[in-house]
Amino acid sequence: MIQVQGLTKRYARHVAVDDISFSVEKGDIVGFLGPNGAGKTTTMRVLTCFMPPTNGTATVAGYDVFENPMEVKKRIGYLPETPPVYPEMEVGDYLAFVGRLKGIQGRDLRRRVDEVAERCAIGDVKKKLIAKLSKGYRQRVGLAQAIIHNPEVLILDEPTSGLDPKQIIETRELIKSLAGEHTIVLSTHILPEVEAVCEKVIIINKGKVVKTDSVENLTHHMSGTDAVSLEVETDGIAGQSDVQQRLERISGVSKVLFKQAEDHRMTFEVESLPGHIARGEVARAVVNAGWNLLELRSLSYSLEEVFLQLTGETPVNEEPEAAPPSTETKVEQPGEQQ
Amino acid sequence: MRNTWTVCRRELYSYFVSPIAWVLLTIFAFLSGYFCYAATAFFVRDSLQSQMQGQSFPMSINDRIIVPVLQNVSVIALFLIPLLAMRLFAEEKRQGTIELLVTSPVHDLEIIIGKWFSAVLMYGALLFLVFLDFIFLFMYGNPDWKPVALGFLGLWLQGAAILALCTFISTLTKNQIVAAAAGFGLSLLLFVLSWATAFESSAIAQVLSYLSIVSHFDSFSRGVMDSKDFIFYLSMIFFGLFLTARSLESLRWRA
Repeated sequence: MIQVQGLTKRYARHVAVDDISFSVEKGDIVGFLGPNGAGKTTTMRVLTCFMPPTNGTATVAGYDVFENPMEVKKRIGYLPETPPVYPEMEVGDYLAFVGRLKGIQGRDLRRRVDEVAERCAIGDVKKKLIAKLSKGYRQRVGLAQAIIHNPEVLILDEPTSGLDPKQIIETRELIKSLAGEHTIVLSTHILPEVEAVCEKVIIINKGKVVKTDSVENLTHHMSGTDAVSLEVETDGIAGQSDVQQRLERISGVSKVLFKQAEDHRMTFEVESLPGHIARGEVARAVVNAGWNLLELRSLSYSLEEVFLQLTGETPVNEEPEAAPPSTETKVEQPGEQQ
Repeated sequence: MRNTWTVCRRELYSYFVSPIAWVLLTIFAFLSGYFCYAATAFFVRDSLQSQMQGQSFPMSINDRIIVPVLQNVSVIALFLIPLLAMRLFAEEKRQGTIELLVTSPVHDLEIIIGKWFSAVLMYGALLFLVFLDFIFLFMYGNPDWKPVALGFLGLWLQGAAILALCTFISTLTKNQIVAAAAGFGLSLLLFVLSWATAFESSAIAQVLSYLSIVSHFDSFSRGVMDSKDFIFYLSMIFFGLFLTARSLESLRWRA
């Protein structure tokens, strides 16, 4: 449905999107994941024909975004980061305007306005001014506007940004309910969102695609072995190495990593051999030795860690500030000062 | 064509649900009403005087009331027009709704003409207020209607030309105040260019004077339809809309 080949978008001073390629099949829900400034919005703007690419091609439903923008636009519903609504209009009038803009006419128009209003649960505010709506309602009006012409492809730029938790859940449900009929590409920098909504994920960082995979594969792949975090309080006699040795002797344990210690409390990470779950043994061993078992917690890799691993960021600075000035320029700077 | 009308209709909707249309209509009604009143009062005083002095020189309502009022209106319009055009694109850029427009299956030109034409219609509504004032002249007097019609046509064309230029200015900024100020500066400049020939008659002065937007209105207001002036306004409109189209296109490459 969407084919992107070697897409590059260069601005005057920096490269926002650098030679990325991916494809999206019909009916997929694809999450476009990356830190702020990674090039998600730019890619989406190219796909929606808002701006032309500097290099490379992108086709939507077989039409090139540069050669044939009219055909592409007819097949795309787009929700930018801030919903493109006119505050001075009533919701119903606004939807009718967008419908006409997308080429719906006459009786169809009224029917579609009613349909999408119901779909997005904004039927009760149809006569209200958009300016008076809460942010969550506005977002839903934005979604309604995107699906009014029943497009094959839906492109949603950070559809849940700025909403409160309840609204986020509602919006996600709404997006999921739209899945069957549309191919959906949504961007986000919130990882649980991808886990909650998407089937496939494209991780993008500093303008490059880092990984493309199904969400399931990605989390599964990283958590092939069972790992637990263990906190132990010893009697004061046994030291860190004693505890470690004791743990390593347990059958089924492949690796024991010492994390930290405070007085007699120590934290370890214990990994089992593939196919084994050694938690029970570990707990018993600790208790039998006369120590206190303070905590035993499963350590499955979250998408978060996968993401940080792939983008090569340390967990501490989770959200690198707008990435654009590429690493190359950072390297050059000391040279210039000399 | 249908898309143009869709865009145009939405713009008119916004004019009338925001205070801008009503404020402008009110201001214009007061000002043009006062101008009409003053011109008529002078006319009545002069005609009484001429009767008392026994000289019955011909007093033309067209020459003494309609022409000066239309000329005054053409100057007030210069001040009000930037206010009509300032929001056309600046507001869309600020709100982000421009993304909706340019990612919809409509051509840039349809968007531009729709927006510009909504302002032209709005300006037409302002002129209609002046026409309402003139109805009284037709009720109590017997003015020649042809120069009146041509005068309004000229005013409308002049407004459409300035609106085209101001539409272009509106694409350059996100800030309506900036758009209005720049548009006002430009229309004032186009107004005073006619002074150029007052001091010298070199070729440059002649060209500058020709570019003045009000000097082309004079013949219209006197009831003379000169193709030269007609073409001047049409080419101004074309020029303004062309610049708008270029600017909108460049917005995409830069955005």
